[in-house]
Amino acid sequence: MSPQRFAEPVPSSQVLWETVIPAGTHWSGVLRRGLALRLVDTDGGANLSAVFYRQEDPLERYNMADTLKAQHTAHLTSGHVLYSDMGRVMASITHDTLGWHDPVGGVGDAKLFGRRYGETTYQAQRNDMIRNGRDSLVLELAKQGLGARDLVANVNFFSKVAYGEDGSLTWVPGHSSAGASIDLRFEMNTLAAFSTAPHPLDANPAYEPKPVRLIAYRAYAADACVPDNDACRSACPENGRGFINTDRLFA
Amino acid sequence: MPIVESQLDAQSASYDFTLRAGEPWLHLLKRGEVLRILDLEGNQAVDTLFYNSADPLERYSAQDTIREQGNLYLTAGSILMSNLGNPMLTIVADTCGRHDTLGGACAAESNTVRYALEKRYMHNCRDSFLNAITHCSCGAHARLTKRDIVSNINFFMNVPVTPGGKLTFEDGISAPGKYVEVRAHMDVSVLISNCPQLNNPCNGYNPTPVRLTIWGAA
Repeated sequence: MSPQRFAEPVPSSQVLWETVIPAGTHWSGVLRRGLALRLVDTDGGANLSAVFYRQEDPLERYNMADTLKAQHTAHLTSGHVLYSDMGRVMASITHDTLGWHDPVGGVGDAKLFGRRYGETTYQAQRNDMIRNGRDSLVLELAKQGLGARDLVANVNFFSKVAYGEDGSLTWVPGHSSAGASIDLRFEMNTLAAFSTAPHPLDANPAYEPKPVRLIAYRAYAADACVPDNDACRSACPENGRGFINTDRLFA
Repeated sequence: MPIVESQLDAQSASYDFTLRAGEPWLHLLKRGEVLRILDLEGNQAVDTLFYNSADPLERYSAQDTIREQGNLYLTAGSILMSNLGNPMLTIVADTCGRHDTLGGACAAESNTVRYALEKRYMHNCRDSFLNAITHCSCGAHARLTKRDIVSNINFFMNVPVTPGGKLTFEDGISAPGKYVEVRAHMDVSVLISNCPQLNNPCNGYNPTPVRLTIWGAA
């Protein structure tokens, strides 16, 4: 399906809560089964680095390799799901205006950010200090009893790194414009950690992070299941089996 | 796909071991040492992870490696990066030409998704990894758990990615006698699963042994 330029607004009666993750900062929280999160690039040019863990047992976590190989894809868009390492669907991408989100670029650490943007301190810059993506995610994980050891390969929503025929990587500037959005529907109780630091391959030499708005809404009742004809569940036989594995957790 | 042959002579190796199909291997590789992985019969995926032996929190990172070299595939000259942004090893010789960074390891649970729910009981790489780390009580190895099993390298495995963003598992581009060699920049624990997967072409539907040879620091 070709991506739509803008998503239909979530009816205000369905919105459970909204928040904005300011540019260059970080967030974590629990998103329970049946809840959906619309991520909105309000200004254009956002990057949202994200990792996901099962709330009740965070040893189960988002797995890049299993997500990509199960769906024979090296990018993420609507119809795709995010797999845990235990053969279960953590979240589904039910809507996407962009057509490509980056699963391979990773996050930048203090060394990379320092090299690119220079050093900043809280003492001099106060809350304008630069927070790198890796430390941002690790810090949010640490609040939840996890740590650097638990930081696995992440997703970078709103960013695109293009692949050449020879496997070469090229940053795509201006991929996401203002108003772009992607909807994640959570199929298990999920602990998410997000950072809005710039993508580590962002070619912009200036530090110009962007905010991301989160709009939470109810996609289905917590004691219900996604129907067999759901676009993500039926996207491929693999996803059908992944949903069966997930539903058994909640049976 | 640069082909770089080794100048090392098997006669002068300090270690030489043939790892049977479907079995794990956990071994210390000291700084400066070279490990050769030889695909004895061809088309054999060798799932591999590396940990800093002094502190296994530092480990091979697929994303950092891919990003820093600006390419999805590994080949001669590729530097294998850690999650802390340090070079762990360099591929110093390679007669296969291309190795996978995205396919990860097979597991009982992912096999249920990829093939059929009943495939849960087939032997798989994650079981081999877990077998190795739960049977080792020595040094840094003893501290490894499932938390540390992250996206691995698949030596000799062919996972082409297209500019359109598709990814497939294809017949191997390896052949009997092809090999890859890595030189360690720090003391590393090498964790290998000689892949037992029977459901896709990554092992040519016939898992086979590989030969592991180590040379001391030059």
